Amino acid sequence: MRIRVGHLYPDYLNIYADRGNIAVLAERARRRGHELDVAAIGLGDPVPGDFDLYYVGGGQDREQELVAPDLAGKSEALRAAVEDDAAFLAVCGGYQLLGRSYRDVAGAELPGIGLLPLQTVAGTTRMIGDVLLDCPWAGRTLAGFENHAGRTLLDAEAEPLGHVLAGFGNDGVSGQEGCRYRRAYGTYLHGPLLPRNPWFADRILADALAHRTGGEAPQLEPLDDELELAAHEVSSARARARGGRY
Amino acid sequence: MTLLSTKIAAARAVGSVVRRAGRGGGTSLPGKVLLALEPHAISELAARLPRGSVVVSATNGKTTTAAMVASVLDRAGVPVVHNRAGANMAGGVASTLLAAARGGDQIDGELGLFEIDEFWLDRVAPQLEPRGILLGNLFRDQLDRYGELDTIADRWAAVASGPTGRHARIVLNADDPLIADLGRDSPDVTYFGIEDPSVAIPEMQHASDSKHCRRCGAAYVYDVIYLGHLGVYRCPSCGRERPQPSVAAEQISLDGTRGSRFELVTGAGRAGVTLPLPGLYNIYNALGAAALCLDLQVPLDTVVTGLGDVRAAFGRAERIAIGEVEVQVMLIKNPAGANEIVRTLLDADPPRVAVIALNDEIADGRDVSWIWDVDFEPLLSGLETLVATGARAEELALRFAYAGLPRARIEVVGSLEAALDRGLALTPAGDELAVLPTYTAMLALRRLVASRGYVANYWEAAA
Repeated sequence: MRIRVGHLYPDYLNIYADRGNIAVLAERARRRGHELDVAAIGLGDPVPGDFDLYYVGGGQDREQELVAPDLAGKSEALRAAVEDDAAFLAVCGGYQLLGRSYRDVAGAELPGIGLLPLQTVAGTTRMIGDVLLDCPWAGRTLAGFENHAGRTLLDAEAEPLGHVLAGFGNDGVSGQEGCRYRRAYGTYLHGPLLPRNPWFADRILADALAHRTGGEAPQLEPLDDELELAAHEVSSARARARGGRY
Repeated sequence: MTLLSTKIAAARAVGSVVRRAGRGGGTSLPGKVLLALEPHAISELAARLPRGSVVVSATNGKTTTAAMVASVLDRAGVPVVHNRAGANMAGGVASTLLAAARGGDQIDGELGLFEIDEFWLDRVAPQLEPRGILLGNLFRDQLDRYGELDTIADRWAAVASGPTGRHARIVLNADDPLIADLGRDSPDVTYFGIEDPSVAIPEMQHASDSKHCRRCGAAYVYDVIYLGHLGVYRCPSCGRERPQPSVAAEQISLDGTRGSRFELVTGAGRAGVTLPLPGLYNIYNALGAAALCLDLQVPLDTVVTGLGDVRAAFGRAERIAIGEVEVQVMLIKNPAGANEIVRTLLDADPPRVAVIALNDEIADGRDVSWIWDVDFEPLLSGLETLVATGARAEELALRFAYAGLPRARIEVVGSLEAALDRGLALTPAGDELAVLPTYTAMLALRRLVASRGYVANYWEAAA
């Protein structure tokens, strides 16, 4: 099956190896006989409604400021897509922009698109380090690396992506990391998140396939993930040994 | 004895104890002790240098560029005080000055030559009151440690436009828009750059930074891209464009991993340079070094001879013969640098076996995400076996697996020593083995190879 992916602002928000996540999705789809068809959605481009998966990565503050006004113009189309059960993965800066707003250190407010029930306020120190999450909704853990000045606060009824076992998470105090809404996932875990967390890559693929077929998320055939699981172990151990403490 | 000389003696004693205790190198500790005893030690000792100081900073190529300047100044007969072992934060600079200090307010050397860590430039340079500041490039690098690129650019801009910059000759890379922009308010600037579209790359590499104008935010238009975001650019919105370089390389001929030749064009005339270090990135290093030395009134022919004599800084394109195999050690530390290593390897006979060592200590960057920004893919066509090693060997293995290297051809070998031996065993006699370590892996590799008697320890070489 052909899975259509809309990659938002790859020219601007591409720091921290976002293409690695796309490469992993493409390869894991291919090995199950599917094909990932990735299209860039840039500044001023319309958002076609037929993508099965949207992806937005992280950028530096300057790039984020450059895309924020444009993203605001795409908010209705993106919100409608998620309500229509398209999958969405938003990482780091992209995650922040999906919330209602981002307030920088100077107090200036950058509008978000309100797709996720959260808001972000910049802190004066960055939260940097290895991080490990427990995701009870999936019965799995996620291992990664975070580097953000923003403190993200979820609304009371919002679901986090996971609970922090080691590291800072959304704000360094709540014990929550990321946010999950329908088939949209936002997280601060950047870079090669999917290579070392293959279950999450497969979950996103299954969500995208479900959108494609209009049915239930399929059970994907298991792959040989020996290297992936070994990398997950090392990354988890790093987080336990030296992840940020709050 | 003056008070400072007492403190110098105390700091030296600490350094010698540490070294005797075998605590690797101890290259910055004596300086840290000295700075704790005397916070103004750097400026006090630097003031003893009769010809003043010059400083070099960049994301990539600091150590090599400073080595090139040192080689030229050696030819010019100028004795330098130089942190050649690469200890480039305040402690390292202080250690170097400490080692050169002599009694009676004397110092053993005439000109200070200091490479300075990007993040320390605004703290260390003002203490040195340098007469020359060479700024080579800014690439995304270890964002877990340094924060975002724009933050460093802002700090550098404050140095360039502040009192330190106003009293110095500033040498800037015209081809790097982030660097060239630092000269906007300074009258006394020398720009260097490449003027040879035949060595351009067809499109921008994945990890390219600074694609948007620092003044107005519009995307730069590039007529030529040489490396990363370095090239001939202009902003279609505000009109900002690459300054015309007064020191340039023309007629470039790259010779694989061995070196290159080019025509060095300067205000003092032109001359052919044979550079014994490989890759376009080293031509940029050589241009910066040449521009700085010419500003110091070194004659052009001395510059050319000095560049021709330069030796690889440790772990940077260094060649070590081990048995019948020539091992090439090429440090990788960030996407732009690693991309140039890949390009250089491809320009020679592409390696059939590579040992890549990925560590994740602070000096390597704890965040290993950057390996996904490196364009390793062109290596795949010739690569028969990848030996992945280091603390994050599995992450590296995954990088190549998802790039398309069959998993059967990837070997994860935890120990660096076992990985090196595996690489040597896989390499036929008379062939070359490419070893690409990150920083702490490179240090470990040096110790390992030295313990087998192949190269000197770097702090001995630096002495």
